[in-house]
Amino acid sequence: MATTDGPDFGERESYLNAGHGLKSWLLTVDHKRIALLYLISITFFFFIGGFFALLIRLELLTPGGELVQSDTYNKLFTMHGQVMVFFFLIPAVPAVLGNFLIPLMIGAKDLAFPRINLLSWYLYIIGGTLMVYTILNGGVDTGWTFYTPLSTEFLKTNVISAAVGIFFAGFSSILTGLNFIVTIHRMRAPGMTWNRLPLFVWAHYATSIIQVLGTPVVAITLVLVALERLFHLGVFNPALGGDPLLFQHLFWFYSHPAVYIMILPGMGIVSEVVCCFSRKRIFGYTAMTLAVVGIAVIGFLVWAHHMFVAGISIYAALIFSLLSYFVAVPSAIKVFNWTATMYKGSITYQTPMLYAFGFVGLFTIGGLTGLFLACLGVDVHVHDTYFIIAHFHYIMVGGMVMAYLGGMHFWWPKISGRMYPEGWGKLAALIVFIGFNLTFFPQFILGYMGMPRRYHSYPPEFQILNVLSTAGATILAVGYLLPMVYFTWSMRYGKPAPPNPWNAAGLEWQTHSPPPTFNFDEQPVVTWEAYNYDEIGEIPEKEKEEVPVAH
Amino acid sequence: MPTSQAAVDEHAHENPALLHHFATEAQQKNAASLGMWVFLAQEVMFFGGLFCAYLIYRYKYFGDFGSASQQLNIWLGAINTVVLICSSLTVVLAVRAAQLGKRMALVCWLVATIFLGLVFLGIKADEYAEKFEKHHVPGASFSYHELLPGQQKFPEAERQYANPHHAEMYFSLYFAMTGMHALHMIIGVGLFAFLAFMAWRGKYTPNYYTPIENAGLYWHFVDIVWIYLFPLLYLIDRHR
Repeated sequence: MATTDGPDFGERESYLNAGHGLKSWLLTVDHKRIALLYLISITFFFFIGGFFALLIRLELLTPGGELVQSDTYNKLFTMHGQVMVFFFLIPAVPAVLGNFLIPLMIGAKDLAFPRINLLSWYLYIIGGTLMVYTILNGGVDTGWTFYTPLSTEFLKTNVISAAVGIFFAGFSSILTGLNFIVTIHRMRAPGMTWNRLPLFVWAHYATSIIQVLGTPVVAITLVLVALERLFHLGVFNPALGGDPLLFQHLFWFYSHPAVYIMILPGMGIVSEVVCCFSRKRIFGYTAMTLAVVGIAVIGFLVWAHHMFVAGISIYAALIFSLLSYFVAVPSAIKVFNWTATMYKGSITYQTPMLYAFGFVGLFTIGGLTGLFLACLGVDVHVHDTYFIIAHFHYIMVGGMVMAYLGGMHFWWPKISGRMYPEGWGKLAALIVFIGFNLTFFPQFILGYMGMPRRYHSYPPEFQILNVLSTAGATILAVGYLLPMVYFTWSMRYGKPAPPNPWNAAGLEWQTHSPPPTFNFDEQPVVTWEAYNYDEIGEIPEKEKEEVPVAH
Repeated sequence: MPTSQAAVDEHAHENPALLHHFATEAQQKNAASLGMWVFLAQEVMFFGGLFCAYLIYRYKYFGDFGSASQQLNIWLGAINTVVLICSSLTVVLAVRAAQLGKRMALVCWLVATIFLGLVFLGIKADEYAEKFEKHHVPGASFSYHELLPGQQKFPEAERQYANPHHAEMYFSLYFAMTGMHALHMIIGVGLFAFLAFMAWRGKYTPNYYTPIENAGLYWHFVDIVWIYLFPLLYLIDRHR
């Protein structure tokens, strides 16, 4: 069943040339085309969010408020957060790579509900349009967390349109999760048992559970916020007997697990990449599957660690602190197992592997500083400082965005049918790594020294570290623009990709690049374990060279 | 879906309802019903946020909630409960008719379900109208001057009144919960109207009636939400 046609882009019907014209894209039900629709839309929002981030860093170049005043600054960090979290980080890996790859990886023709898949993209676009309207109409300054009663009683900005936009994006996310759960349960190829699933699929399964069970809670909470603003209800307003802490509980019940929606798919990507470029089976497959599910389950039980200084009971805080430590166990299992997979592996340093290295190191730093914050005493000291900002950017940007870029490079030959330029890829990976650390490591120090988040000015003694951080942000921006340029370039001028340029395990590499509309020429039947690299052997010397797959 | 045309042709000799990306009818049916159950899990969490808020404020302001609850018409609530339970029965009968391939029976039971759904919504609308008349709708015109439960037995000067802010909280939650429930009812009625039309055109056979079954699951879920809403909203502290 391994296709050995060699590079055949342009001669054969693929999902890319199966239909022409805008209508064939906007009404498509092909999961691969919908993934590309998502790719374009989330890239758009990534650069909007990044633009706000650059403005923030530019303002913080100097201690006084030279560029913007506090009101504008409040809007900048709010819209940076809302756009990045709800319109980039949460949909990025599942809706683009997950959408494209899950049916390919399990040997299916499509997701279980292709039309619901398209509907979820349209819901995302409706939400995104409302967000763009919010931005153009003067913005919103609640902070990305919408805390009440500030958001419901005191602000005159576009809270409702932002909340409704995020409500729609949320339902897009729920439907994606629903589609993945049913697809993974019901659409697996003959022989593709649960214990043969790639970890990428397991990671998306765990993610989908969080999307389906967590997102509706924040959806109804945002509905209540909108109603409270419109009709002056008192549900979250202490002046009318309401409880702002209830809002925080409901919000974080979703928004903490949402962190795992962002990071778990990244972990799935890293598992695939590390195995491929170490030429080894993953170390501890079963432990890895249990770890992703464990993170998803325990992740639902730690939300109040965002509220340690909000006035919750000390006993509740103790329990949530303990449970937050527990999340570190499955996370550490993953880090140790990736490292053990590389140990004595036959490692090569292609671009995806460089990003995977970056992910493992930066995720470890982000995770360990998370333990500082789970500790009650330390959290009181660094709460609402740049320490928090640095911590979660190490997870979100250092972890998730690194993994996303690594995955994009790894599967770009499959998606586009073209190779990206390897030299430029390595350079961009290096620039991203340097830029990232220069941006965010100084923020750990700033936070520990006591610089609070969400202020547009700061005492002059903090300036040196802030200048370093801003310099890093500009380097990071170059690192993010580069892949966009050469990916676009490679779609036309890149070398045609063979079906399996990395000689990787996994069903997605056993069909053409790019795949035909129905993914496989004939129904695959799986008779081997995941990551059977001991049977496959090395990466071919030249990428174009075909090495027969040994099943 | 122009892209799936080839596969549809390929399966043309089989069940026309079998979509291109499924191997068998059983796989398609299992996928659809699992999808519905996952969707309902999502719905439980969606309503869960409201129930959680209700729970906390009912615990905090029990007396005021009792007072406000007694402003509701218990008989209208009870009748609506019966109406919804009957509609669950008619849905089950519709699914049965679909399984047996009785086209007209299927259409009739679906129409009966729509009718019962509309009766429920009509009664609910009447209850809402009464709230507007009594200024019990939260917002600028809200006013509330009622006793706490069990205060009638005391002399007039010693009677305690409910806190209007807390009563307003009750009505906020009342409108949010029953409103969200009614929205689900409206969607359900629309769904059944579509299904009844398709059933009348003979789309559903004993080999393919998954949409009827899934819409039935949805309707049962909406009924169950009401089964919880009725005692929680209408029956607080009634015995005093």
